[in-house]
Amino acid sequence: MTTETANAEMSVLDATGLNCPLPILRTKKAIGGLASGTVLKVLTTDPGSVEDIASFCRQTGHELLSSRTAGGTFEFEIRRG
Amino acid sequence: MATITTLKPDLPLAEAGDAERQRFERWFDERFEEKMREREAAHVPSLSIIATKGTLDWAYPPFILASTAAALGYEVSVFFTFYGLLLLKKDIDLEISPLGNPAMPMKMPVGPDWFRSINWPVPNFLQSTIPGFERMATSLMKKTFETKGVASIAELRELTLEAGASLYACQMTVDAFGFEQGEFIPEVAGWIGAASFLPKAQKSDITLFV
Repeated sequence: MTTETANAEMSVLDATGLNCPLPILRTKKAIGGLASGTVLKVLTTDPGSVEDIASFCRQTGHELLSSRTAGGTFEFEIRRG
Repeated sequence: MATITTLKPDLPLAEAGDAERQRFERWFDERFEEKMREREAAHVPSLSIIATKGTLDWAYPPFILASTAAALGYEVSVFFTFYGLLLLKKDIDLEISPLGNPAMPMKMPVGPDWFRSINWPVPNFLQSTIPGFERMATSLMKKTFETKGVASIAELRELTLEAGASLYACQMTVDAFGFEQGEFIPEVAGWIGAASFLPKAQKSDITLFV
């Protein structure tokens, strides 16, 4: 994996405090503006977003590289398909 | 036939025919599976919603589902009819009515957690006699949504349009309720009737009536 490259190019979307369906809609918009292969980091606080972001990635052909919890915030890394 | 003869030179003619057919059937099954997989991969899922309600609470499901489906790459059509038509007005000012809705939690959007968690059931006869009760319930719900990070209906509608969903208005409702087309957002994809929306719904993978 090209972790270094990914980190260097990573954009961050802060969707904390937003509730369904806003994290998904913001993610879709943010990732749409990126080049294929680049990684977007998404931060959320909506517990529903954990399953929803995974489902969004499956449906739209983006790759969910990681999904983890950090003190009440959920962090996702998504590589644009 | 040439292949069969090469494979089994001593095969009697009838058996050779059977083998040929079996080979063809195997080929067909594989090819069919492959074609079906290709077709499924190329298929764009679609969602059709009929939105019939115009209160603040019921305005959410069609817009949440439509915007999310559009974000997932679905082709989305929503038909706004009867009270649902009001969700397409330029000035969107919806209210909620807790009257006759015993499932609606009546909780305060402000104060400490213990206070917010209290449910305040108000009997129907009181709800209907307290002046401005619906207005109060509406502002409480708006406040609750705001503090919970839930989008407003105007914002969700904007996002739904931005995501590429097509929003159709029921022309019959416009006429019946005495509206003018100019009172509605210019993004309305069409002023149509049931006969125009049903064929769209018929081709959809998901059809919902809200």
